[in-house]
Amino acid sequence: MQFNFIQIILILVVAFLAGTEGILDEWQFHQPLVACTLIGLVTGNLTLGVILGGSLQMIAMGWANVGAAVAPDAALASVASAIILIEGGQGKAGVGTAVGLAIPLAVAGLFLTMIVRTISTAIVHIMDAEAKKGNWRMINLWQWIAVCLQGLRIAIPAGLLLAIPASTVQGWLKLMPTWLSEGMSIGGGMVVAVGYAMVINMMASKETWPFFAIGFALAAIQELTLIALGAIGISLALMYLALESKGGNGESASNSSNTGDPLGDIIDDY
Amino acid sequence: MADKKFQLTKRDRFNVMWHSQFLQGSWNYERMQNGGYAYSMIPALRKLYPDKKDLAAALQRHLVFFNTHPYLASPVLGVTLALEEDKANGADVEDEAVQGVKVGMMGPLAGVGDPVFWFTIRPILGALGASMALSGNVVGPILFFVLWNLIRLGFLWYTQEFGYKAGSAITKDVSGGLLQKVTRGASMMGMFVLGALIERWVNIKFIPIVSKTPIQKGGYIEWDKLPAGAKGIQDALLQWDMGKGKQLTNIKTTTLQDNLDQLIPGLAGLLLTFLCMWLLKKKVSPIWIIIGIFVVGVLFHLWGIL
Repeated sequence: MQFNFIQIILILVVAFLAGTEGILDEWQFHQPLVACTLIGLVTGNLTLGVILGGSLQMIAMGWANVGAAVAPDAALASVASAIILIEGGQGKAGVGTAVGLAIPLAVAGLFLTMIVRTISTAIVHIMDAEAKKGNWRMINLWQWIAVCLQGLRIAIPAGLLLAIPASTVQGWLKLMPTWLSEGMSIGGGMVVAVGYAMVINMMASKETWPFFAIGFALAAIQELTLIALGAIGISLALMYLALESKGGNGESASNSSNTGDPLGDIIDDY
Repeated sequence: MADKKFQLTKRDRFNVMWHSQFLQGSWNYERMQNGGYAYSMIPALRKLYPDKKDLAAALQRHLVFFNTHPYLASPVLGVTLALEEDKANGADVEDEAVQGVKVGMMGPLAGVGDPVFWFTIRPILGALGASMALSGNVVGPILFFVLWNLIRLGFLWYTQEFGYKAGSAITKDVSGGLLQKVTRGASMMGMFVLGALIERWVNIKFIPIVSKTPIQKGGYIEWDKLPAGAKGIQDALLQWDMGKGKQLTNIKTTTLQDNLDQLIPGLAGLLLTFLCMWLLKKKVSPIWIIIGIFVVGVLFHLWGIL
């Protein structure tokens, strides 16, 4: 579909919000679940946006900025792939392709944020100079400029994408053979494993592996909802900690880091 | 308390909390969250140091290197608020003491924030929302957004207040038992949920047919013996009973996937996850793994395996 003027403005607003959140990580406007839903909402394709958001969220699960490392950029991936999905007009059938396209977009977004983070280095030097003068208003201003740059990082590519006529986008998507789009949907179903693997590598230890095993086994019971599973998980963790402090040999307290990770060791030695 | 010259009100502290949401706004490769930290402190510093020279010193004091989890900066901000307040009231607080508190707290706190927020709460809420969203249910995204921000704002405010009230005494507890316990508990909970998510959401379906066995008479629907018209359709559906009753054809096809499901449901997804973990530990970039999986998906589909 072709967007009208108001829709384009609203899409750019959503893109801007997603861009700022991509760095701030507070309100989560950059998470696919939120960003794709909002793009769907402002373009009148709410359900489609929600479905794409859900699919991408599963993939983006383990993407997090840890320390100085920057994760693949969920903001550009969600915004751009949602625009392509809706412009393409293929409906639900296009979700698989949109998910596939999201991955290179996430990498592109990653480079853009690295550029802005480098520019911010210059900005904090300006802040230094203003601080010497005790000029707090200018520090506020430059902080806002830095935030806006991060917003533009997504809003500008989104604007460029919107400048391409919908018919052209549809033409490109039609060029894609079915085996490719079906294959990409299948890949999208598997690719979530990467996010989970990243998270597990962060949290795995000798004392957490049994929890993983119980979770995996219980999930096969389809009657258990995610909320029920969450309740079981919390209860198990609380019981473990409570029993530990009662039993009190204090030995396991030192195992919280990755040192006692048997599977990890096997993987390392492999 | 009453004779203090400068006193930060609840409103001032709330302003600091609100500003701290932009902590990472000027994140840079040189001093990371320094600009955001100074920006967060400004509502308080303005009030504490009416003299421009003192204010300049205070601003510069907070433009030094700082980096932690964006939410766990709140307790640090709380403590520094308490310290700056004392300093403004004439107490002998050295610049080094302020730095020491900030540097001493940011490391251990980042170690708590990443597993708790990024790797436990967000995946859980995200998966909860996404599982509803996949069927087009808009409640999914709303639930995620509302719950996350309630937890986040509550956390920012209460930990900052906690830090402010405890003052520098809090630094003793940072390395102590409670935080470690929270982190460990979150990791256990997180791993439990991850196990469940991998079983449910890593989709791999092997389509090759392993066997075709004929079914004995009575095990399948005998289409030619059904009554004609709508009555026949009703009869067939009753016999089929949503897959629990009779088979649709007189040959039972078993795919590779059926065999795997009998053994361990979700085994293929689990093995794929372990493979990814191994590749990640071998320092393969996640982006390459993702691209590789897409290539494999397309190729295996072409060959009729997936």
